[in-house]
Amino acid sequence: MKSGHEAAEITASGIGKAYGDFHALRDISLTIGSGEFLTLLGPSGSGKSTFLMILAGFETPTSGTLRKNGADITGVPAEKRAFGMVFQGYALFPHMTVEQNIAFPLQVQGRADADIKRSVNTIIDRVGLRGHEKKRPSGLSGGQQQRVALARALVFEPSVLLLDEPFSALDKNLRSSMQEEVRRLHQETGTTFVFVTHDQSEALALSTRIGIFNHGQLQQIGTPKDVYERPANRFVAEFLGDVNFLSLSGVKATADGAEGLFEGHPMRISAPGQFVSEHFAIRPEHMVMFEQAPAEGNMLKAEIGDITYLGAETRFGLKTPGGIDLVLQMPTREVKSAFQPGRQVWAGWPANQGFFL
Amino acid sequence: MKSDRLKPALLLGPLVLFLGLAYLVPFLGVMQWSVTLPETGFSQYGKAVSDPLIQSVFLRTFRICLIVTLCAVAAAYAIAYVWVRGTPAQRLVTELCILIPFWISVLTRAFGWVALLSNRGLINTWLQAAGIISEPLTMVRNEFGVVLGMMHFLIPFAVFPIASAMRSLDERVFLAARGMGASRLRIFWSIFVPMTLPGILGAGLMVFVFALGFFITPAILGGGRSVMIAELIYLRLFQSPDWGLGAAISVILMLIVGALLVLMLRLVRPNKMLG
Repeated sequence: MKSGHEAAEITASGIGKAYGDFHALRDISLTIGSGEFLTLLGPSGSGKSTFLMILAGFETPTSGTLRKNGADITGVPAEKRAFGMVFQGYALFPHMTVEQNIAFPLQVQGRADADIKRSVNTIIDRVGLRGHEKKRPSGLSGGQQQRVALARALVFEPSVLLLDEPFSALDKNLRSSMQEEVRRLHQETGTTFVFVTHDQSEALALSTRIGIFNHGQLQQIGTPKDVYERPANRFVAEFLGDVNFLSLSGVKATADGAEGLFEGHPMRISAPGQFVSEHFAIRPEHMVMFEQAPAEGNMLKAEIGDITYLGAETRFGLKTPGGIDLVLQMPTREVKSAFQPGRQVWAGWPANQGFFL
Repeated sequence: MKSDRLKPALLLGPLVLFLGLAYLVPFLGVMQWSVTLPETGFSQYGKAVSDPLIQSVFLRTFRICLIVTLCAVAAAYAIAYVWVRGTPAQRLVTELCILIPFWISVLTRAFGWVALLSNRGLINTWLQAAGIISEPLTMVRNEFGVVLGMMHFLIPFAVFPIASAMRSLDERVFLAARGMGASRLRIFWSIFVPMTLPGILGAGLMVFVFALGFFITPAILGGGRSVMIAELIYLRLFQSPDWGLGAAISVILMLIVGALLVLMLRLVRPNKMLG
């Protein structure tokens, strides 16, 4: 069921935040579409949390403007913005029961008791907290506390929900089930979600778009597939996952990409509309391992070094005759028994895989 | 293994020995007096609880202690708030205001209040000189003086547990409340105060227990007109032959204090009481 959330579009233009000489954020411009699930991704200290605090109204930017559905809200304090927010560590009220925690934002708004009761009951069912209404946060598990924080942030049907590294304290299994939960809540409510994390797999799994931050600057913003497969720079490429760098010689632009040589192997890369250079990059799982040279596509010869078993996937360290170390990752079920350390193999990939940096 | 248990024992030993010799043994003596002087039995306890004068002193003591506790905790809450959440300059000033009284003897402080509050004291002189009052205000040799003097002494003790409770709060909880649209006043009353309640209760009980045993301050500022229980015990033991009665009152006071301490330990964990 879609509820009464009215999703909002947020536009940041030229947002900057300086503390003395230190620039926590520089010139951030982006639009968060209504109903979007935007993830702000970056290492700690990259400015992503500062940007979230500015969106929430807890921090004021030193430059730039912030608009909500076109109206300037740069100077509007947090208490007047009434965006929902889920904090790292949940920030639940420890002296209140689950019910009281969730009812608090509604009481602040001065809603009628019957109305509050109805809204609280609905959201308790929605986040699966039935039976825990009378408990204090200290009597709940991490995942349950997380649900209370989500319920409390969503119960007043905010137009924007901000989430600041909400899953950082949860173990891996709970994390993925909470990710599912958040994704479902996003679909059900249709609210604009802005999610901060430093976990790239979480970002890729959840978002409609990802904005990647580093050193206070927005490095790239795009769909998970865009930023993963067509990263704008080396930082984005490496932050989102492992990547192999191949230096090509004799690079020539072609109609739909480029041609060049890597250790004597011809490479034809199809990358329409992309910038072309001698720095070619390809992700470990985009390469396929062959015992014999494949009939088509790009390929290079290498010797297997160490092998790491990761469960569903297996990772191979490869060394080219030129001494370049590469990583190749493939599904474990496709690993052939011949793939043993010291063995000469071929690594190949189709022309449309990989990118230039 | 053996030395692991021996070391703490050695470290604690002198304290236990001192407390045993200086407090426990004399107190056992007092307990003995209470059931042997002037005759063997519990007659002095009967007298202590039925004598209207002693009853009225107990009642006055509880009333004064309650007023002192409420006022001291309220003042300490404000001081602790500035101390924990103020600007660096405010914190420094507050810290000095909390610590300096500790370095001044309780006797000096009591006489200081007399100098300020007495009929020919600073305050009355100034107010009269300014023409605000014609007759001096009676501020000492009554309960007002006693309450003021005791409060002054006890406020710092109440500040520590409250400040400790305030320091342990997660700032994000207040951000969360603000983000939901709550006003500062609302955050203070519905979030901040309830979350510091253990500190408030701990401070209150500690102040109350301390106040019950106050002797010098009420003796000086009450001027014999506002006698509290400790002063009554002193009078019974040193200025009258009723040693048994004085001892019985002491034991009763000790039991009350003990009961309150047990309550305090149940309500607040001892490590939360330390700043």
